[in-house]
Amino acid sequence: MSKSYVIIAEVRDGKLRQVTLEALESVRIAKEDDDLISVIVLGHQISPIVEQLSQYVSGQIHVIDHVDLETYNSEIYFTVIKGLLDNLNPHAVFLGHSASGRDLAPMIAAYLNAGQISDVIAIEKANAEVIYTRPLYAGKAFEQKKFTDGPQVVTIRPNNITAANADTASSQAEIITIYYSPPPSLRSIVKDVIRKTSGKVDLTEAKIVVSGGRGVKNSDGFKPLQELAEVLNGAVGASRAACDAGYCDYALQIGQTGKVVTPEIYIACGISGAIQHVAGMSQSRIIIAINKDPEAPIFKIADYGIVGDLFIVVPLLTEEFKKALAYTNNP
Amino acid sequence: MNIYVILKQTFDTEEKVAILEGDISEDGVKFIINPYDEYAVEEALRLKEQHGGKVIVISVGPNRTAEALKTALAMGVDEAVLISDNQISVDEFSISKILAAYLDKQSYDLILGGNFSIDNGGGQVAIRLSQLLNVPHVASITKIDVTEDDHAVVQRDSEGDIETLIVTLPALFTAQQGLNEPRYPTLPGIMKAKKKPFHQLTLDDLGLSMTEIRAKTERHSLFLPPKRKAGQILQGELTEQASKLVHLLQDADGMII
Repeated sequence: MSKSYVIIAEVRDGKLRQVTLEALESVRIAKEDDDLISVIVLGHQISPIVEQLSQYVSGQIHVIDHVDLETYNSEIYFTVIKGLLDNLNPHAVFLGHSASGRDLAPMIAAYLNAGQISDVIAIEKANAEVIYTRPLYAGKAFEQKKFTDGPQVVTIRPNNITAANADTASSQAEIITIYYSPPPSLRSIVKDVIRKTSGKVDLTEAKIVVSGGRGVKNSDGFKPLQELAEVLNGAVGASRAACDAGYCDYALQIGQTGKVVTPEIYIACGISGAIQHVAGMSQSRIIIAINKDPEAPIFKIADYGIVGDLFIVVPLLTEEFKKALAYTNNP
Repeated sequence: MNIYVILKQTFDTEEKVAILEGDISEDGVKFIINPYDEYAVEEALRLKEQHGGKVIVISVGPNRTAEALKTALAMGVDEAVLISDNQISVDEFSISKILAAYLDKQSYDLILGGNFSIDNGGGQVAIRLSQLLNVPHVASITKIDVTEDDHAVVQRDSEGDIETLIVTLPALFTAQQGLNEPRYPTLPGIMKAKKKPFHQLTLDDLGLSMTEIRAKTERHSLFLPPKRKAGQILQGELTEQASKLVHLLQDADGMII
């Protein structure tokens, strides 16, 4: 009998998040040929996103479009999703391991009496068994897990699994619009949202991360790092030392406490390389270290090191990247 | 006000991880209260200082967890509960079921926990628990105020955006960095902790059977990441080094910049 796979799509800043396509690819790996895929997408004025999704999905797309869904509220979102899951009777539900995915997944798992494997970075199928790889201790070790009992809930870490390709040739998405009915009563209300990240590249999804440590000296010290990140369309991160010293927001912290990032290029500026920080970035493809201290442990794991003052080196790099970009765009 | 804090004991963040006989080695490892749970303990103590009441820490884990619970008692927590059972082979599903079985019989205004544990990092137990107890939750909070009319006004960190929510109590919240700066236990605190109630329970005490809490997931294998090798330290004037680096990224690493 064919099984039902459900993906909870995620919309942020009016765009479909890349991790939704990565979750879709994960389902394509996990599922058998005759299993069914349903995507659930919630938001406000999301017809362009539905249009985009329909190029990727051979299956159903359940659309709930309402002004109440413009901002994420766990109670409202969960009530809507719960109603749909009752009909879809899922074998597995896949979400991104993002702020809203991390919040919704355990609610869904508890509701379905299901196991959950969180923060998955790789999926493979061996002898009809699906094996999920995930980090422990922020990446100091890895484990492979499997489900012993269904149903299943899985969250996918952004930036690790190749995003699904458009499926235009065979795509036969069936779009189902669902009427939104608000929950009868709410125990939590979102009163206010301050968007500090609008238009910026999300740290965990960034291809390039420029990160600052104690060496940036104060909050102004992050400016050259921000300029470099902007030129490279990357995001700015920080070490615990920089956050604890109050140079920047904890939202930027990378490490075992904080976020784990796996960009193509990680540029560590004025970061010594404490074990707790390295756990959060050592799976980056290329690591560049800039530090005044030639003995800093960060050089032991860096692919390229520049020994020097970050306030001189970072602006020089910004100029060099600008030149390279100008040439790439207009050779 | 009755506040329960759910807590896990974890490796210190500066510990390296080694594998011994197919499991993570605990030899010589220093253990701490999971840092995010420590924020929760601190916030519970501050709320008690403002509003009065009682703070109780609860953990499901091996016997060594008692040490973390005693630290919380020394910080000022009133009581500790450790649910320990050698026959437990568990995952997040099981732990949340065990905690729910205990808390279902207690009266509480607030349940606090950490955003995630720094060892397993699943980030499931607290939110699962809120569902099982049918109380609202807000994850990853950086500020909480409890009002006179049994509401909490909280700020939540949502990937850098700040959301303000009003929540009806009882409710569950998970702590994010920035919520507070946890206190250290004092010597008088450590002395007092020895006399505070410490309840040790087993699954039988909770009336739970193994079938009810059997894990839904299992580990298939465990491995360490390949060690990164030191690369090259660039030489020459800093201007040359900067230019060399960009060319290396383009030529040797094939980066499109």
